[in-house]
Amino acid sequence: MMKNVIKKNGPVLTLGVVLLAGLVAPFADRSTTAGFYVEVLLGGLMAGVLYSLVALGFALIFKASGVFNFAQGAMVLFAALAVARLAEQMPLWAAIPLAMVIMVALAWLIERLVLRPLVNQEAVALLMATLGVSYFLDGFGQTVWGSDIYSIELGIPKEPVMILESLFQGGILVNKEDFVAAIVAAALMVALALFFQKTVTGRALRAVADDHQAAQSIGIPLNRIWVIVWSVAGFVALVAGVIWGSKLGVQFSISQVALKALPVVILGGFTSVTGAIVGGLIIGVGEKMAEVFLGPVLVKAFDLAGGGIENWFAYMLALLFLLVRPEGLFGEKHIDRV
Amino acid sequence: MNDRAHRIGDVILAVDRVSLAFGGVKALSDVSFDVREHEVRAIIGPNGAGKSSMLNVINGVYHPQQGTIRYLGREYHDMDPHEVAESGIARTFQSLALFKGMSVLDNIMSGRNLKMRSNILLQALRIGPALREEIEHREVVERIIDFLEIQAYRKTPVGRLPYGLQKRVDLARALAMEPRVLLLDEPMSGMNMEEKQDMCRFILDVNDQFGTTVVLIEHDMSVVMDISDRVVVLDYGKKIGDGSPDEVRANQAVVDAYLGVSH
Repeated sequence: MMKNVIKKNGPVLTLGVVLLAGLVAPFADRSTTAGFYVEVLLGGLMAGVLYSLVALGFALIFKASGVFNFAQGAMVLFAALAVARLAEQMPLWAAIPLAMVIMVALAWLIERLVLRPLVNQEAVALLMATLGVSYFLDGFGQTVWGSDIYSIELGIPKEPVMILESLFQGGILVNKEDFVAAIVAAALMVALALFFQKTVTGRALRAVADDHQAAQSIGIPLNRIWVIVWSVAGFVALVAGVIWGSKLGVQFSISQVALKALPVVILGGFTSVTGAIVGGLIIGVGEKMAEVFLGPVLVKAFDLAGGGIENWFAYMLALLFLLVRPEGLFGEKHIDRV
Repeated sequence: MNDRAHRIGDVILAVDRVSLAFGGVKALSDVSFDVREHEVRAIIGPNGAGKSSMLNVINGVYHPQQGTIRYLGREYHDMDPHEVAESGIARTFQSLALFKGMSVLDNIMSGRNLKMRSNILLQALRIGPALREEIEHREVVERIIDFLEIQAYRKTPVGRLPYGLQKRVDLARALAMEPRVLLLDEPMSGMNMEEKQDMCRFILDVNDQFGTTVVLIEHDMSVVMDISDRVVVLDYGKKIGDGSPDEVRANQAVVDAYLGVSH
């Protein structure tokens, strides 16, 4: 019995063991201090939280409409730009809700102008459409809000604090802002999980994701559901945009983050909210660890120029996952009947 | 059967001279028939006769180019499927259209969506009126689960159930809407004899105990004749027969078009 389980999940287990080994490998080098290690780990988790937030938007839309929304990154940029520029005119507590209103309006427009005419078309047509939306939003956002680098001031102190000095030699440097971001992301995940599992609207969303036709026949209005989903995705984009913007400044490169969210959803499973969060954290930690600890080893061993692991690590991990577990960590397994 | 004839009431749904074409292909031409309250009304015909198109017209999936449909005395035009559902007409699907990732219970509960009204925040936390509402609806759903004898599968994801049971879940979801009219799209297709008999019994019981009007499409003629009060026969999109099972059996046009090639 046990043997069977191991045999069946062999590749997955192997990958898990390799990843875990990678996690403890840095200690093989005596010069690695625990404090530094934890710092890198936390840094990775933080980057991971941001990936998770973007990936969450992907997962939501894919779950509810089967559309792979290429424009999620552009939505993050658009929302961040909106908040940053509106905050110049008004206090932040007013700018964020107003930006949310804009995101809902955007969701409604996308449903009206892009999704509705393409109902029952091939998934590829919808993917192309969201690609179009993505470029449109990138450009339109800059037309409306400008293309400089803007800042969002959340009023949380940015200077790092030293914690756990008694536990680790030299203590650990952490950012208060990072902590707030992590808490916000966690709260968002709980809220979305409750929304999807416990509410009637959530059930309707899952129903629409499974079968459009059947959902309509039990009285679920497709169009309204899509507006809701894209609004929720807009809200998630807003949260991601604000956190990211306050950390690194609001600039065009934010929309490129979407490309990092792709390996995250492959890892976590396209339809899973939990998967988006966990996948984001794994990728965030993995690439930081690889950059800091694996990089120097590779450089020394092969006499390389070094660096850049952070850029491809996520994709390689996603590729490995596609080979051993194509549905992702938390994705729904396909059962095909013949 | 006398008992049943007694219960059948006035016309609840009337299809009047409906024509539907896809480009040059005429799926339905000039079809009229009516459905009386509490009856079991069958639409039969060979493959490609327009049965499914007819159901989709009633259901609001297709909007006919000509003709009208009156439901409860009111004409309806260009209604979307979800509006038809709101007005009390539920349906099942020939090729199953269940929410495969969801459990049997969630699938059936989704049929109650229209009737749930409490605040979304309360629902998320399952407190106060939302909890009461959920329990209330759950009771209705449990009755349906008992009725269709699927108690053992409540928590099973629908995708894992065998075909015959999935069909029952499809029926359960439609029943959860407490519809006045139930449209069944080939409820017996792909079933073995035993499953067919079970399904017949369920359809008759639903009709008897809930008083639900049933409109069903079926390919398998013999089954239909046993459970229907009246039968409409379509062939190439035209109505070629209408009446009691015995009348239809005696109708020469029907025999030629359908029974003649049946085995």
